[in-house]
Amino acid sequence: MVGELTWSRRLVGLWLPLTLLFVFALFPFAWMAATSLKANAELYDPTANPLWIRHPSLVHYIDLFKETNFVVWIGNTMLVATVSTVISLLLGVMLAYPLARMRFPAAGLLAITVAVTYLVPQTLLFVPMADLINRMKLGDTLTAVMLTYPTLLVPFCAWLLIGYFKTVPKELEEAALIDGASRWRAMTRVILPLCTPGFLSAGIFAFTLAQNEFLYALLFLNTSTIRTVPVGVTGELIRGDAFYWGQLMAAAFLGSLPVVLIYSFFVKYYVAGLTAGSVKG
Amino acid sequence: MTSTTAVSVAPTLHAGETIRRSDRRLGIVMLAPALLYIALLVAVPFLLALFLSLTNSSAGSLEFSFVGLQNFENVIASPVFRRALRNTFVFTFVSQLAVIVLGNVLARALMKSFHGKAIARFLILLPWAAPISLATLGWLWIFDSTFSVINWLLKVAGWLGPGQWYYWLGDPTLGMVAVIMIHVWRMLPFSTVILLAGLTSIPNEVREASAIDGAGLFSRIFRIEIPMMKPLLTVAVLFGVVFTFTDMSVVYLLTRGGPYNSTHVLASLAFQEGVLGGDVGRGAAVAIFLVPVLVVLAIFMLRTSRRAEVV
Repeated sequence: MVGELTWSRRLVGLWLPLTLLFVFALFPFAWMAATSLKANAELYDPTANPLWIRHPSLVHYIDLFKETNFVVWIGNTMLVATVSTVISLLLGVMLAYPLARMRFPAAGLLAITVAVTYLVPQTLLFVPMADLINRMKLGDTLTAVMLTYPTLLVPFCAWLLIGYFKTVPKELEEAALIDGASRWRAMTRVILPLCTPGFLSAGIFAFTLAQNEFLYALLFLNTSTIRTVPVGVTGELIRGDAFYWGQLMAAAFLGSLPVVLIYSFFVKYYVAGLTAGSVKG
Repeated sequence: MTSTTAVSVAPTLHAGETIRRSDRRLGIVMLAPALLYIALLVAVPFLLALFLSLTNSSAGSLEFSFVGLQNFENVIASPVFRRALRNTFVFTFVSQLAVIVLGNVLARALMKSFHGKAIARFLILLPWAAPISLATLGWLWIFDSTFSVINWLLKVAGWLGPGQWYYWLGDPTLGMVAVIMIHVWRMLPFSTVILLAGLTSIPNEVREASAIDGAGLFSRIFRIEIPMMKPLLTVAVLFGVVFTFTDMSVVYLLTRGGPYNSTHVLASLAFQEGVLGGDVGRGAAVAIFLVPVLVVLAIFMLRTSRRAEVV
């Protein structure tokens, strides 16, 4: 390092910004958790200190599981996220491998097209998409979201995998080809296994994005039992003007947990995925 | 050296020819389904959006007729739309500015060595990881008109006197502040992680050399680190802009565009007009105003990514 940091410089350069920004980043989660543990009498008591939980209670969690379809929503979310992640990875490889590894007419143009697709937002597509889905008679089915989520995920997966495929030395593949392996065999036995970290990064990204998706789920999933967590919670725990804050916060907290758990296991790959390509320059 | 190359040229050429031919076949077989999928579910809806914006079609009805640019004229004439257009830019610009400044501060702090650094680097990602819809519910409760914890803290701190109260989501200005705050909260981890990667990629020798040459902290940051991190900074800003610019869930869940349609963005307005209001043509027309900015971003992205050799 450049010189030793004094105690006061460490405070200003490290602990002060760190503490302030961490409070900002984590307070909403802490506040969700705290709120979810207070029974209504305490929650809506204007004289109480809101930062303190006097009588911790699990009543909102019990209500959430007994009175709402929360468990079903979690199941739906996992199912939808898994299926759309698998589809996205498959389509992502199918796009990325030829574009990264094969000499192909217009490969560059296609790669650019894929990258640009990533910029086409849901906001632009949802009005006609709703129309299309209804015409295909897929409205109000989980198939509708499983079919449409990959549109959000495939471009990123392909983009990330192109970067990964390019990092594997061409010689490895050429050696396999010269040894008599077919291109398909060289790809599935040599290149794809080497890109496991790339698949993990892309897969985690796709899985969490699919779990968090809100707009298409809001558009396509109307029946309570086929909803995902984000639309189920926002759609059914807010009834008109009535907000069930205890249950809402319990659901928001619990609903965020799966994603957080996935992160804690795979954070390294996720960060690698986020910065892949961009740090190579 | 030259003799070995000469020997190996002929067979490689021959093998290369066979490989190229089988390559093309396998390549087409692999690319076709994925490209077909993108064509059907991205290109077709996109063209349909352009088409619908020129019609008066409404939800659930098969009848429509062309109205030319009528939808666009109506939309531009509407003050709610003009406000939404302005908000979209204000929200994106202000939040990204804050994110880049705070992200740099945070990334710099996370570069230093301290106890619990691994945990800190994990925890900071949570706002980005958590579902934004559920997180917005948390913020909705933080900004509650009666039980806002921010107001409670401000009261305890003496900032708000007796009888004074902030109605965060009931006031146009405070409503905008609230929306921006959530966008900053959500994008900060993302930018921090990318900037952290950029800072880490700068070799320590460069810093040491600059110190030996007499560069101070500021000239080190502005003359050396920022120029060296420029591609990464661009990526961070680009993604941040795309996410913020096109997001509808924050506004939809937090304010529903209120109070008095003062916090709408293009995305939430398109949803209100096209889906809730059933005026598909008008909704599509509102969303299409995103296109010019996205085209600029796309060009920008391609230029940077080519430099960073992503594509």
